[in-house]
Amino acid sequence: MKELTYHRADDAASAVALVAGDPDARFLGGGTNLVDHLKLGVTSPTTLVDVSRLPLDEVTELPDGGLRIGTNVRNSDLAAHRAVRRGWPVVARALLAGASGQIRNQATTGGNLLQRTRCVYFQDVTTPCNKRDPGTGCSAIGGYGRYNAVLGASEACVTTHPSDLAVALAAVDATVVVLGQDGERRVPMSDFHRLPGDRPEQDTTLAHGELVTAVELPATGTARRSTYRKARDRASYAFALVSVAAGLELDDDGRVRDVRIAWGGVAHKPWRAEVAEAELRGRFVSEESVRAAAEAELAAAVTDEQTAYKVPMVRNLTALTLTGLAEGATR
Amino acid sequence: MDAEISLTVDGVRRTVMVDTRTTLLDALRERLGVTNPKKGCDHGQCGSCTVLLDGRRHLTCLSLAVANDGAEVTTAGGLRGSDGGLHPVQQAFLDQDGYQCGYCTPGQVCSAVGVLDEIEQGHVSHVSDDLEADPELTDDEIRERMSGNLCRCGAYVGILGAVRQAAAASSEGGAA
Repeated sequence: MKELTYHRADDAASAVALVAGDPDARFLGGGTNLVDHLKLGVTSPTTLVDVSRLPLDEVTELPDGGLRIGTNVRNSDLAAHRAVRRGWPVVARALLAGASGQIRNQATTGGNLLQRTRCVYFQDVTTPCNKRDPGTGCSAIGGYGRYNAVLGASEACVTTHPSDLAVALAAVDATVVVLGQDGERRVPMSDFHRLPGDRPEQDTTLAHGELVTAVELPATGTARRSTYRKARDRASYAFALVSVAAGLELDDDGRVRDVRIAWGGVAHKPWRAEVAEAELRGRFVSEESVRAAAEAELAAAVTDEQTAYKVPMVRNLTALTLTGLAEGATR
Repeated sequence: MDAEISLTVDGVRRTVMVDTRTTLLDALRERLGVTNPKKGCDHGQCGSCTVLLDGRRHLTCLSLAVANDGAEVTTAGGLRGSDGGLHPVQQAFLDQDGYQCGYCTPGQVCSAVGVLDEIEQGHVSHVSDDLEADPELTDDEIRERMSGNLCRCGAYVGILGAVRQAAAASSEGGAA
């Protein structure tokens, strides 16, 4: 680990100025991912600007019924918040499906979105990885590929985004509030993370030095009746093989008025399944109708022998999730 | 870069100069001689370094010491019952054989104290059926909530019993 200069930020604007002015500076939030990367040598900043004590740790109810979540709200506190549990159950469920109780007490809202892939090659500095070290190649292509993407991958990178929360936020049309040197801007969740293309080192559309200050959740019918399901190799404390965040609003006759579907574990970003959503609007929810809708979305999937399992798994998990929501299941 | 930090560890205020790259775990173990939290994986995967940080269960291996200047740290060795004897969670681990080699035990004990506090505050978990209700501490809830603490000896049956006993003691008003 390189020599490290530590600054505790006094306010958000000066933190932004410090990091934006130094390409080797990074923000430090909860630290659950970044501190590990310092030890592993995945990243080697020379300056850390600690934003974890900035007073951005409130959950505020907005006049229009929405919710504003400060970036420093801990994952555990957000999952426990009564308004989230009532109005955005998919967000609480996704948080509770991630990490462990200890880590949720440490990890922040903004930091969760900015965590990096758990691809074994990204974390092993002795192997080539375009995301960690651009231009060196991708060891996951033809290597260990069980967690690789099946949608939106590129020749440069086939990894997936590890966050559960981000998948839920994609399903509730959240907005990320970002502070930069030129002031504040608001980024729809669908534009926050990006597909790898030929620049896999860039996980998000943020510029260096831009700081996430809050996440806003609009109050919607699909968010009110929503949930999150995660398939993984053990019952708890593991990253997703695939996951489904979904919300459903039915007409009086039981047809789908509106629906939100986002998938985790399948792409470099949370994958909003808009083709599947369009297929389902106006139809009745059944195992068959949801499977057909998911298959329409998955027509674009590219798999190999290690990832082929993900296509039926995410299709079936989507059917399980939406039929459960239609029947009024609480989880 | 070095920085002077102060920590209150098990009720005693300690001041120490640390390199900014030092984790909280290494500051406790290597600089302050507090070896109760253990270094298992050092990557946030095993839970053996768990302490109560400002009252909440928290890993120490994924935190920089300098970022925790001023914090109050309680290790499993610093827990006491209301009568000054063993804490009900410590007693429950003894009564229920909640360990074998003992290496993960300080982390397990701190995590269990955190679990009981989170239940008291009405925190739901991944296995809670109803997000809007206050959860009850069933065996499935205990298993889920303790999943961040691994035990390579496999003493999980005893650990489950210990948390169950401590929860019962707590609901009788005797604990934490």
